Amino acid sequence: MSKVVIDALVERFPDAVYDAYVGVGGDDCAFVKKERIVDVCRFLKSDPKMLFDMAPYITAVDYLGQEPRFELVYNLLSLKTNRRIRLRVKVPEQDALVPSVTGLWRGANWFERYCFDMYGIRFSEHPDMRRLLMYDEFVGHPLRKDYPLKGRQPLVEERDVRDIVRGPGPATRD
Amino acid sequence: MASELDTLPVITTRRDEAQGFLQGLVSKSLGWARKYSLFQYPFVTACCGMEYMTVAAARYDLDRFGAALPRFSPRQADLLIVVGTVNCKQAPILRRVYEQIADPKWVIAFGVCASSGGFYDNYATVQGIDRIVPVDVYIPGCPPRPEQVLDGIMLLQRKIQGQEHKLIDRKPLPVVGHEPTSR
Repeated sequence: MSKVVIDALVERFPDAVYDAYVGVGGDDCAFVKKERIVDVCRFLKSDPKMLFDMAPYITAVDYLGQEPRFELVYNLLSLKTNRRIRLRVKVPEQDALVPSVTGLWRGANWFERYCFDMYGIRFSEHPDMRRLLMYDEFVGHPLRKDYPLKGRQPLVEERDVRDIVRGPGPATRD
Repeated sequence: MASELDTLPVITTRRDEAQGFLQGLVSKSLGWARKYSLFQYPFVTACCGMEYMTVAAARYDLDRFGAALPRFSPRQADLLIVVGTVNCKQAPILRRVYEQIADPKWVIAFGVCASSGGFYDNYATVQGIDRIVPVDVYIPGCPPRPEQVLDGIMLLQRKIQGQEHKLIDRKPLPVVGHEPTSR
């Protein structure tokens, strides 16, 4: 892949974009500072040479034990120039509030809700910051590495059923 | 603590015997009628639904067992077939559907996900629908073969035939909704 996009990004945002590299599959990758992600994305979307008009997916990673703990991954696609770029944003656990890019791509709305639901990363200026997949009564964020493996939070009261392996027990046991 | 012996007379009179004999006949014939007219409500949530369609279609032909007609309203059904994975978000819906079915009602857990949660041993999945509603027959398999489903239906029919059926059930009606608050 050409490094046109990465070079332009580093040239335009020398203080916000760092550690650019070519990732697996030849996509251009770069780390972006959390506060500047909207500026970088706006440049990528609106610059006539870039035209990244689609955000195929935005997701998050939990690096438990590292600091900063979380990482948001923005995958952008330009249908005009057939280029892809991957932006990685480090998010510390104490300050898990990231500016929303829903104003740029409407499709980012549900991805950001997903990241909030599964990882607990909040997005400022998001129009509808609710859980996407889990129900509102759910406590915690299930894709965090420290969420208990068998932590279950049933919505209705469960019956006391006999466990074939472990014998009868309370329904909330696992 | 009152036991059953306190209410049952020790010596059965001829009247009781006659009543018991007649009730046995009624129960048997009602059971025979009910086991061959299973109106099912398929609660289909996942991939087992394809297998359910196979069973219900002409090749395996549930109509041979009198269970041909899926009713898509629980109020017209008396057999709830839970087909597929049920997650915690959906559990209240399943519970509500079960409560809307009129008595007498039976439940079949179709496939391993409905029976035990299957390999979805995670935060989102109910570990078997028997934690929410009582289940009569579990059909294992991921998905089950149609023959297994037919076997499960026949098991259920045998179970229904063996149950006690009454013309008029004098059980107290369940309280619907909240009890009125005292003034």
